[in-house]
Amino acid sequence: MTTRKENQEDSMSTATPARAPHSDVPTGHKPAEGRVGAGLFDPKQLLKSLPDAFRKLDPRVMVKSPVMFVVLVGSVLTTIFSFKDPGDWFGWAISAWLWLTVVFANLAEAVAEGRGKAQADTLRKAKTDTVARRLSKDGKTEEQVPGTELTIGDLVVCEAGDIIPGDGDVVEGVASVDESAITGESAPVIRESGGDRSAVTGGTKVLSDRIVIKITTKPGETFIDRMINLVEGAARQKTPNEIALNILLASLTIVFLLAVATLPPFADYAGTHLTMVVLVALLVCLIPTTIGALLSAIGIAGMDRLVQRNVLAMSGRAVEAAGDVSTLLLDKTGTITLGNRQAAEFVPVSGTTEAEVADAAQLSSLADETPEGRSIVVLAKEKYGLRERHQGELAGAEWIAFTAQTRMSGVDVDGRRIRKGAAGSVIAWVQEQGGTVAEDADTLSNRISEAGGTPLLVAVEDDRGARILGVIHLKDVVKEGMRERFDELRRMGIKTVMITGDNPLTAKAIAEEAGVDDFLAEATPEDKMALIKREQAGGKLVAMTGDGTNDAPALAQADVGVAMNTGTSAAKEAGNMVDLDSNPTKLIEIVEIGKQLLITRGALTTFSIANDVAKYFAIIPALFAAVYPGLDKLNIMGLTSPDSAILSAVIFNALIIIALVPLSLKGVQYRPVSADRMLRRNLTIYGIGGLIAPFIGIKLIDLLISLIPGIG
Amino acid sequence: MGPVLAGVLQLLALIGALALAYIPLGNYMAKVYSSDKHWRIEKWVYKGIGANPDAEMTWPAYLRGVLAFSTVGVLFLYLLQRLQGILPGSLGFDSVNPAQSFNTAVSFVTNTNWQSYYGEQTMGHVVQTAGLAVQNFVSAAVGIAVAVALVRGFARSRTGELGNFWSDLVRGTIRILVPGAFIAAIVLVACGAIQNFSGIHEVGQFMGGHQQWNGGAVASQEAIKEFGTNGGGIFNANSAHPFENPGPFTNLFEIFLLLVIPFSLTRTFGVIVGSVKQGYAILATMFTIWLGFVALMMATEFAHHGAALQAAGGAMEGKETRFGVGSSSIFAVSTTLTSTGAVDSFHSSFTGLGGGIAILGMQLGEIAPGGTGSGLYGMLIMAVIAVFIAGLMVGRTPEYLGKKIGTREIKLAACYILITPALVLIFTAASMALPTPPHSMLNSGAHGFSEVLYAFSSAANNNGSAFAGLNANTDWFNTMTGLAMLLGRFLPMVFVLALAGSLAEQKPVPETAGTLRTEKPLFTGLLVGAILIITGLTYFPALALGPLAEGLAS
Repeated sequence: MTTRKENQEDSMSTATPARAPHSDVPTGHKPAEGRVGAGLFDPKQLLKSLPDAFRKLDPRVMVKSPVMFVVLVGSVLTTIFSFKDPGDWFGWAISAWLWLTVVFANLAEAVAEGRGKAQADTLRKAKTDTVARRLSKDGKTEEQVPGTELTIGDLVVCEAGDIIPGDGDVVEGVASVDESAITGESAPVIRESGGDRSAVTGGTKVLSDRIVIKITTKPGETFIDRMINLVEGAARQKTPNEIALNILLASLTIVFLLAVATLPPFADYAGTHLTMVVLVALLVCLIPTTIGALLSAIGIAGMDRLVQRNVLAMSGRAVEAAGDVSTLLLDKTGTITLGNRQAAEFVPVSGTTEAEVADAAQLSSLADETPEGRSIVVLAKEKYGLRERHQGELAGAEWIAFTAQTRMSGVDVDGRRIRKGAAGSVIAWVQEQGGTVAEDADTLSNRISEAGGTPLLVAVEDDRGARILGVIHLKDVVKEGMRERFDELRRMGIKTVMITGDNPLTAKAIAEEAGVDDFLAEATPEDKMALIKREQAGGKLVAMTGDGTNDAPALAQADVGVAMNTGTSAAKEAGNMVDLDSNPTKLIEIVEIGKQLLITRGALTTFSIANDVAKYFAIIPALFAAVYPGLDKLNIMGLTSPDSAILSAVIFNALIIIALVPLSLKGVQYRPVSADRMLRRNLTIYGIGGLIAPFIGIKLIDLLISLIPGIG
Repeated sequence: MGPVLAGVLQLLALIGALALAYIPLGNYMAKVYSSDKHWRIEKWVYKGIGANPDAEMTWPAYLRGVLAFSTVGVLFLYLLQRLQGILPGSLGFDSVNPAQSFNTAVSFVTNTNWQSYYGEQTMGHVVQTAGLAVQNFVSAAVGIAVAVALVRGFARSRTGELGNFWSDLVRGTIRILVPGAFIAAIVLVACGAIQNFSGIHEVGQFMGGHQQWNGGAVASQEAIKEFGTNGGGIFNANSAHPFENPGPFTNLFEIFLLLVIPFSLTRTFGVIVGSVKQGYAILATMFTIWLGFVALMMATEFAHHGAALQAAGGAMEGKETRFGVGSSSIFAVSTTLTSTGAVDSFHSSFTGLGGGIAILGMQLGEIAPGGTGSGLYGMLIMAVIAVFIAGLMVGRTPEYLGKKIGTREIKLAACYILITPALVLIFTAASMALPTPPHSMLNSGAHGFSEVLYAFSSAANNNGSAFAGLNANTDWFNTMTGLAMLLGRFLPMVFVLALAGSLAEQKPVPETAGTLRTEKPLFTGLLVGAILIITGLTYFPALALGPLAEGLAS
């Protein structure tokens, strides 16, 4: 990356750079407001996933979720007891709803997984068995072998039309490659030996030319294989926070298990006998089933939200870490600024006018299709009303293209020769033509450099001889909305550090304009690494993006390292996420997705626990009002009968799971505000809401049940 | 002045006194546990027990110190009671039987002070003064030491070291409890509490018949009984006895004594972790619950139904006329919300709901403000749980005081909150299910059940107060409450110290705008809610069958 950046600093010309470092245009996956939260949920998915939900009833699978396992055991128990007393409608009704509770929980997980399956199928298609053209050791002869037999270090040849048989690096040649199979982006990309664009992915298609690839991954462990595993959830492991939450839920389950298991002797003493069905119903209502049922779906959906944004997280741990990030390292070019500099002003040397400079600058840039060149034409038009002349209008114009040797471009037309380019080159050209160099040309250039801009000198040779006309001030243009974004991040407690190869003066100017908290100028990979370690030593979690091989150590060191898909395989190996769109701005979204995942978990846990209060008020009077009539005062919902009260609580408990599936898949709405405001908001909705909602829900269900003849 | 107004004024005076003591005592205790200077007398003690007070301990070492010291304490107290018959100064009492000796030894070492014996008919001067009173000091000091170790766990980083148990124990005793109790004892003596080593006096009663009056070092033991949140009185009537608690002022003073260390420790906590605001947040949580309970209790006890109650100005049964309903309500709530368990009135005689408030107070885990030390560490564990659930809602993995609450931390906190509910519910259920233990109940129906529930809530939470009415001096109750006290005291300490060790090893996470602000009122509200919902709901079915059934019946 640094190499490339240096190239760019050097070229600082109107020439076409090898490639815009990063695609500035996000590729279509970004939701309208650029905010997380827009997951898709289609009720049809519930139906489609039903078979999977039943398949998950296997106790060996269920035992992984302690809360739901208890519900499963409870369902079995009540069913057995219902068989013993088949005439009791209540036992059957409770059993049925307990089974539904378990199925609903499995359904939530199945729906979450189902969304990844479709994507996995598409990927599988790309992974058709390929035949590789393996080169012998001496590189002279080719042999045809199945792609699955390739080993690390093999050299294979791919020509136009070939599917690349495995992950590797291009060691010879340059080719355009269609990577739509993994990125969904149809525009072909260039892959060439050496540098940062040498990585190729198995399953992608060579469109032109011939390349030799050195295989770097074993079959079955390729990028595409890992992607399939990831999106299908097969490789999903519980994340640290999820494990911790599971422990807490398990301990709450044990507490409530104790509260219910010790109840029969108390009730016997009071003079009433509690049936197994009632005890199980009470237990299931008290243990945190809502979050227990949805926990796994929330985790899968969180990963899925990343996949929808074309980011592959290699571990769930990284997604959680993203929520905790307190320092973001952002590359200047492509992330904070548009990839290219733009003309900001025309500065005449003494003796000329701005308009003269603008005219010459525009004329010389007409054939220049680089963003810098276009920006000069546009600025001249907007600021000085110079009409954009088409190349065709200027018959006999001779366009001088930029070369690395001359470091200038320009035009010869109507006896005028106009040149623009790096200061040294243009001055040398004027002197060569026997012209005079204005005294202030140097001063003006330096002033622009100091302000963080790039000066381009414009010179002309006409009947008045060769002379410098003025300077074009090229400026890094900060992307729109970045300052607001950084303000938001600051409110979220995240510090932004801009990383650039620019000199400190330039860096400072841009950092101030963009509103980042800090910058690292003339950054080398070592500097970057040192910065990460320093931040981490202070207890901070660091996120960064990178794509070059020399970024790899820093990517590995960062808590969240997002490798660009265009990057080298070393970088992709080192990071814990890969952005298929190679859009570094996405780092901010990744952080938001991480936070959203944690918020959703916390919100539903709070909701689940707060729900218990109402359930007690439904069930306790139902159980004991017969022996202690005073306890009927606790029946504040005025439920019809003891049976309908208990059944309503159980039904509410089951239905709330289904009702919350969309929320757990989409995630709780996230806004970048301070922790305080976020807590207040979520606590009101999910804490207070969680207290009140079941009172209303249980009452409504009870009203419906009481309408059934013979009950109530 | 009506009794309600009197009660409210007493409450305000109490709050004022606690507020005045908060900063000086809290800061002083922080200094005691942070200073690197040893007093000369302390050096003698260290030399005597062969401890190096400057050696930093990891959590297992600290725990070993706690357990070793407490084991020795239990054995010593047990032997002292078993040998009472042959010791001098025994007032002619026999040796105590094995089950009761075990129960009493455990009871005083665990800071519970559950008493299944009649003090004035069982224990002589030696056992009272050399045995029980000593434990009143050191068991309180052990509690504070463990709390301070946990606070150090939050305050320290990248080290597993939690301080030195022996130094914390000795300093807590010598620099805090002894001077405090000394001053308190003088105040009590000045107000009429007795302090002597005289024998038993038979006195003739006004209406004929005889009564037995014991002498004893009552004022000094009363002082530490409250100041160290112990609760074990010399007399069976405990703080309702005029020799222990002569009048309204001493009553209020004793409430002050039993609340002042637990509340002020939140200041100590704030100072040591470097943010007194964090201390205020914990204080506010404790205070909110305590005040809420006091208000509920007063409302229940003043709400009079029936002619007798109206004539008395409230539910006066089992309450001393010299204290009245208001002051007795404050005492009852304070003693059950701390681990004190001293009583100035009989909780069994409170209204049904009033008795329930006392039981729930203990079941919350003695954290508002709780026992000396145990209240703070219990509350901090609840804060960890609350932070874990709510912290997620700000979009970060949870952290408290700059420490991550990860898998290990939550595992330890989860184990902690499991213990007392398990002990209370299992022992109560066993007592109700077995044929013999229910014979101990004096009352039938819901009230009888409350007696048993109260006993195990009190024992497992190391409170020590009794509901009265239950004959706890049976082998079953002596052994089972003894076990409940033992497990309810030391198992949680294991998890607290392990948590402290785990926290101390972490590197701190710097606070940013994205950090959950645990010093804000919002968090206090959240913590109160979490405590009431998580621990309160555990006991809801049991409470419904006892105090709620009784209290809602009318």
